[in-house]
Amino acid sequence: MGNRTIIPFGPQHPVLPEPIHIDLIVEDEKVVEAVPSIGFIHRGLEKLVEKKDFIEYVYVAERICGICSFIHGQTYCQGIEEIMKIEVPVRAKYLRTIWGELSRIHSHLLWAGLMADGFGFESLFMHSWRVREHVLDIIEATTGGRVIFGSCKVGGARRDIPPEQMRWLLSELEVIEKEMRLIADIFLNDNSVKHRLCGVGVISKEDAIVLGAVGPTLRGSGVADDMRLLKYAAFGDLDFQPISRPEGDSYSRCAVRCAELFQSVDLIRQAAAKIPEGDIAVKVTGNPDGEFFSRVEQPRGEVVYYIKGNGTKNLTRFRARTPTFANVPPLVKMLAGCELADVPVLVLTIDPCISCTER
Amino acid sequence: MIEEQTIIAVMPETLAAETRKMKEQGYRLVQICVTRLGEELQLDYSFDLNRRFVNFRFRLPKTGARVPSVSGIYWCAFTYENEISDLFGVQVDGNVLDFKGTFYKTAMKHPFIQDAAPAPVPAPAKPGDQ
Amino acid sequence: MAFFQMKKMILAWTFRTPVTTKYPFEPRKICPGSRGRLDIKISDCIFCSLCAKRCPTQALDVDKVNKKWHIDRLRCISCGYCVEVCPKKCLHLTGDHGIPTVTKDMETF
Repeated sequence: MGNRTIIPFGPQHPVLPEPIHIDLIVEDEKVVEAVPSIGFIHRGLEKLVEKKDFIEYVYVAERICGICSFIHGQTYCQGIEEIMKIEVPVRAKYLRTIWGELSRIHSHLLWAGLMADGFGFESLFMHSWRVREHVLDIIEATTGGRVIFGSCKVGGARRDIPPEQMRWLLSELEVIEKEMRLIADIFLNDNSVKHRLCGVGVISKEDAIVLGAVGPTLRGSGVADDMRLLKYAAFGDLDFQPISRPEGDSYSRCAVRCAELFQSVDLIRQAAAKIPEGDIAVKVTGNPDGEFFSRVEQPRGEVVYYIKGNGTKNLTRFRARTPTFANVPPLVKMLAGCELADVPVLVLTIDPCISCTER
Repeated sequence: MIEEQTIIAVMPETLAAETRKMKEQGYRLVQICVTRLGEELQLDYSFDLNRRFVNFRFRLPKTGARVPSVSGIYWCAFTYENEISDLFGVQVDGNVLDFKGTFYKTAMKHPFIQDAAPAPVPAPAKPGDQ
Repeated sequence: MAFFQMKKMILAWTFRTPVTTKYPFEPRKICPGSRGRLDIKISDCIFCSLCAKRCPTQALDVDKVNKKWHIDRLRCISCGYCVEVCPKKCLHLTGDHGIPTVTKDMETF
């Protein structure tokens, strides 16, 4: 039994440019306990809702996170629409689905790059982000923004994808899919990558549920739970089965994300084939009065918004539970008992987005 | 309608027992949320099992609110319980990992139960402003 | 077990040109639908100040008396809300993103 030492990890760390701090209590090279602390950049966006018009707040909701920006906006809009009983045009629902899945692809590719960088595979990082750049180009051409899409509004969508652009989008996706196959092949089959990921940070199925894990962290532990099964937006019309793997280690979380890349491509193809003609937005009148827990699947997992309106243009309460916030306890459990050198990899396997946790 | 959401009224005293029942049925703790309603706080404990959403709800006075911790049942509740004690000043008894008010490093104590500051002055954007 | 799975990709890229551009010397390709710099056709403007009222970041200021329209470029988030509400449709977003600046000046039209 060696000496116990406390090693601080973060808030500034080379693999993770985000402010999470973890006190690692180590014995020799083994981590015995980890104490997380966040809250370095709490922005109080939930309080801001008392001053902003509920229509304008979409812009704030989108800026909670830079990577899943569109889905944040979508979650907020769906919540408001549910309270105000607005029936969104079907075309707008399909557009939301397409953009949501595009943002999932770009988020997972971003994660793939960071992950590769985390275990020291610099060239794989470069190539993942090169492919991601293609996706960002599609997003810019269809919505007007590369990171903040700004194309979702209460009552529908703010932009349409014309048919010729849709054809271009699908042909680009073809190229992207080919590139992604090459990258996924490295993540899933390369010996050195497997060596870093297999059997590291195992979370059993029961633990994942009790610890409240969401998204790929939950699905990587064999629980096929995905909020897209709630059939919001156009998911009711699309053929969709959540991806899960039983192992529960870092490799299985990685494999779930790699498989979701291709699943998203498939979902976009399905949506593009089925998208109906019609309006893209309805006029919104009145103010929200009521409450709703809006739940949507983000690239990182389930996001929960609690929205409560009181009949005025300012909401009473807006609460966002972001997926990373729910994934912190599983992370802490994973870290206990791992090797010190695996800590950065384990932190990255939950795909942390600390800045969106500190909304 | 996206989904049915069941809201069950519970008492702070029975919260722990009810939560234990949820855990035995295999539910996952989704979130703990506090809403300020004037001089009262509304607490929501949300659970999910195969996308069946169940929510426990009760109200407490704004000042001196105390709840028993559920972190002994669901260990992951410690993040939410630290959050509600830092932002809303709810005293949580028996939290397994109590940060004692340092989970969020905010400029003021319990910012979310303070009255909203007066509406933002539409920042005077005048020509020549530096 | 596959060793060095990346060799195929690395070999292929040995003979290709870089995908990056030499940015300041070679300007970025402008994407037609992009939400960039806000532009106004001042001759059509009726100074109703609807854009300034709706702007989420209060970047706009409309002087009804002197018939002047001001914008703080550093505040503008290019969301396009003003473009939507403008009754005369004299506002639009251009594809380019403007040039960098070192001072916080208001631009006046």
